[in-house]
Amino acid sequence: MTDAQPARGVFATDRSGAVGGATDPLDIADQVLHLVRAKAADAEAEVEVRHGEEALTRFASGFIHQNVAEETRRVLLRVALDGRSAGSSMDGFDAGGLARLVDDVLEVARHRPEDPDWPGLAEAAPAAGVEHWDDATASAPPDERARRVREFVDAALGLETAGSCLTAGTRVAFANSAGQRLVGRATVAGLSGIARTATSDGSSRDASVGLQALDGGVLGRRAAARARESADAIDLEPGRYEVVLEPQCVANMLEFLFLHGFNGRAVQEGRSFARLGEAQFDRSITLLDDATDTGQVGVAFDAEGTPKRRLEVVRAGVTTAILHTRRTARKAGTESTGHATEESGQRGAVPANVVLAAGDRPTSALVAQVERGLLVTDFWYTRILDPRTLVVTGLTRNGVWLVEGGRVARPVRNLRFTQSFIEALAPGAVRGVGSERTLILDGLEAASLVPALHLASWNFTGGARG
Amino acid sequence: MYDLVIAAVEAALAAGARYADARVMETRSEWMTARNGTVDSLERRERAGIGVRALIGSSWGFFAIPELSPAAARRAGTRAAEVARASGLVSGPVLELAAQPPAQGSWASTCLEDPWSVPLAEKGALLEGVTRTMLDHGADLAEASHRTWDTRKWLATSEGHRVDQHIVECGAAMNATAVGERETQRRSYPGIRGQYGTRGWELVRELDLPGNAARIAEEARALLSAPACPALDATDLILGSEQMALQIHESVGHAVELDRILGWEAAFAGTSWLDLRRMGSLQFGSELMTVTADATLPGALGSFGYDDEGTPAHPVDIVRNGTWVGVLSGRDSAALAGIPSGGAVRADGFDRIPMVRMTNVGLLPGPHSLEEMIAATDDGVMMDTNRSWSIDDKRLNFQFGCEIGWEIKGGRRGRMLRNPTYTGISPRFWGSMDMLGNRSEWTFWGTPNCGKGEPGQVGHTGHPAVPARFRGVRVGVRG
Repeated sequence: MTDAQPARGVFATDRSGAVGGATDPLDIADQVLHLVRAKAADAEAEVEVRHGEEALTRFASGFIHQNVAEETRRVLLRVALDGRSAGSSMDGFDAGGLARLVDDVLEVARHRPEDPDWPGLAEAAPAAGVEHWDDATASAPPDERARRVREFVDAALGLETAGSCLTAGTRVAFANSAGQRLVGRATVAGLSGIARTATSDGSSRDASVGLQALDGGVLGRRAAARARESADAIDLEPGRYEVVLEPQCVANMLEFLFLHGFNGRAVQEGRSFARLGEAQFDRSITLLDDATDTGQVGVAFDAEGTPKRRLEVVRAGVTTAILHTRRTARKAGTESTGHATEESGQRGAVPANVVLAAGDRPTSALVAQVERGLLVTDFWYTRILDPRTLVVTGLTRNGVWLVEGGRVARPVRNLRFTQSFIEALAPGAVRGVGSERTLILDGLEAASLVPALHLASWNFTGGARG
Repeated sequence: MYDLVIAAVEAALAAGARYADARVMETRSEWMTARNGTVDSLERRERAGIGVRALIGSSWGFFAIPELSPAAARRAGTRAAEVARASGLVSGPVLELAAQPPAQGSWASTCLEDPWSVPLAEKGALLEGVTRTMLDHGADLAEASHRTWDTRKWLATSEGHRVDQHIVECGAAMNATAVGERETQRRSYPGIRGQYGTRGWELVRELDLPGNAARIAEEARALLSAPACPALDATDLILGSEQMALQIHESVGHAVELDRILGWEAAFAGTSWLDLRRMGSLQFGSELMTVTADATLPGALGSFGYDDEGTPAHPVDIVRNGTWVGVLSGRDSAALAGIPSGGAVRADGFDRIPMVRMTNVGLLPGPHSLEEMIAATDDGVMMDTNRSWSIDDKRLNFQFGCEIGWEIKGGRRGRMLRNPTYTGISPRFWGSMDMLGNRSEWTFWGTPNCGKGEPGQVGHTGHPAVPARFRGVRVGVRG
């Protein structure tokens, strides 16, 4: 195990610097396509290029303990030679690396087994003219993130705090040998954290395209208030309770619905609950994926160069659409819905801009409707037990309160649940939809814009302490 | 590459850092998947760049650039110091890194058959063949995959560490899914995530995927009509070694990460129920329970020569005869706890900071065989192969599901059970362990997908495990 080897690079080529100093993503993409054409004129090829900067400032115990930033330069290349497809990616724009990338992916494509389901390339089509971008956020210095952390910590008035503040700005270009060429850019900023008493945690979060929209003081005060309100919680007997789920919980539920249900791959493999045209959900549920919503994040095309659009997945409780990549769409005899990601080979179609249509009452009014139930802030460590029934287990986190007679009565300790998410949203099971939507980030380029939900029944199967 | 990392460190020092380290990492990876008889995805990835950590006062900064040039190295060092200076706006307690003599050396994992030398056609034929076999034996969906990583890294610190390493990791997985009227059932081999190690393609050959494909497909089909695991408040539970690896990972490995214990992950991954003041006296489990974190185990997925701060790999006692005695740590967290670094700090790429990660956290074997456990159980349930996993943010309350279960009656393994789940509280659960598998069943399971940190990092961890029996466990929790 300890036989030393001389230090040398994996890569035989030089990796020092960009192609002629170029960092414009579309220029890089065009150059990669040119390289592919020079090596294999008949190859189908698609290239995605990303360039930007990402930064994240973490704090715990009231101080910044991790603070990171990075330049990002990413090239993803996929080619198909006579129906044999292969993909490869690299970090950096250096000429030697790009040439090696092209050589390698062509070599792999030539020697891999045939790919009978290769769907071909996206045809030229424009993307929606929406742009989720803020100049100041793209170039935000670390002091700006630290300042918001300072505000959060100070606003907690002595409670222990922890959390993070992030900013990212990315320019993306896509080009393929079928003539599709798209560019986009996106920024995102997020601030989330907890405040802690000796017996409780309280959380708050906010996210936006622009960092200036995030107020550390407001969020710190909210987290501290929640922590104090949930201190000295009592144990509650497990069982079925009506619940008001705050937006983080709702976003978590929807993630399971999309991945295991509305995902074209899951449908084709018989693992999905989704049945087009059926009223599978309560009438109050209208669910979309919509990159054009001004409250959303990301760019307006997917990893295969398919323009994104407003896609209604559930309309007034009725399942109306399935998400597709080009591969699953081909099998289904339909068009891609613009939901391919770099990981679609493993995961299928993935939404980036989930939107749950808002209702007409604020969260406080939802709570006022509860006869005896629980107000839940966050879900934690949710894992699926069966994809068809969408039974999921997980725990509550960062504050749970017993609600009696429409009023928050007392905090309770965290509970474990084992619940079918389909049954929880079934016809007649949703008693109210909140009017205030919160943007919940899922990474840097995907998010859910969702309100709180009041549900008739939730199956709590145990206390977190046993 | 040493010239680059040294240049980066010097730039950080020139910009005001009192300590700095820099890593160049070059990684190439390959991931091939087959589905229902066809290779449907073949992805390769190459990553290379430099990441620099700078310490100013008690505040850290990190900056990474995907470029290997002297100019980029110097820029990364300077920017890391700028970030560290910003951290000082919300600074913490005085920080002195735990002492670590400057290591200088090279290390490489053992690789008998280079995975990159195995023809793609051969890899594809293997995966396509086993998925066809699974379809022929009752699977509605058959998947198989292999993954390979080849990583070289060079580390320099302002204290004089100079370490380079070459680590090859490899492994494979397959699973069969049977779709029923109301639910699906799945069987995986060798485990839910497959099996991986710091080894070459010889590991994939040893797994013998073709020899197990038909069996798991038939089991998946049979599970659809098997009776459900009964809901019992307390019964005897025997876990196979693959599920034990998950049990160790979630309820021991994460719980003893010192950054969690110190609260550094409180807002995201969570904390730990463990209190440092009780290290050395707290009863974590029964006397049969001895757990080590040992990055020196040959071929295990969490093995290396040095961690990403240059601390040489060494075994660390975590639980000894049931008593909690150690943690996973790095130089900064160890200093705050007043202990030596456990050498358990790693980053998953040049663009991520080194953070506390599991190495090979696992049980030392006990005296029993699986057959003895079954024979000694009058009424209980046996489960194996992880299917779902959920644990609270203190790593105390867990509920895990397995792919397959069996009734144990009168000392014999009986009928198959579907949807087996169990739940418990860590110290109570580990305290109920009264039988533990012996060395002949000791398997170094590899977990290639341990998520932690912000921005997220994917860790590769190892978990030596054996079957074990637990008493009075709640099973059969349903929605």
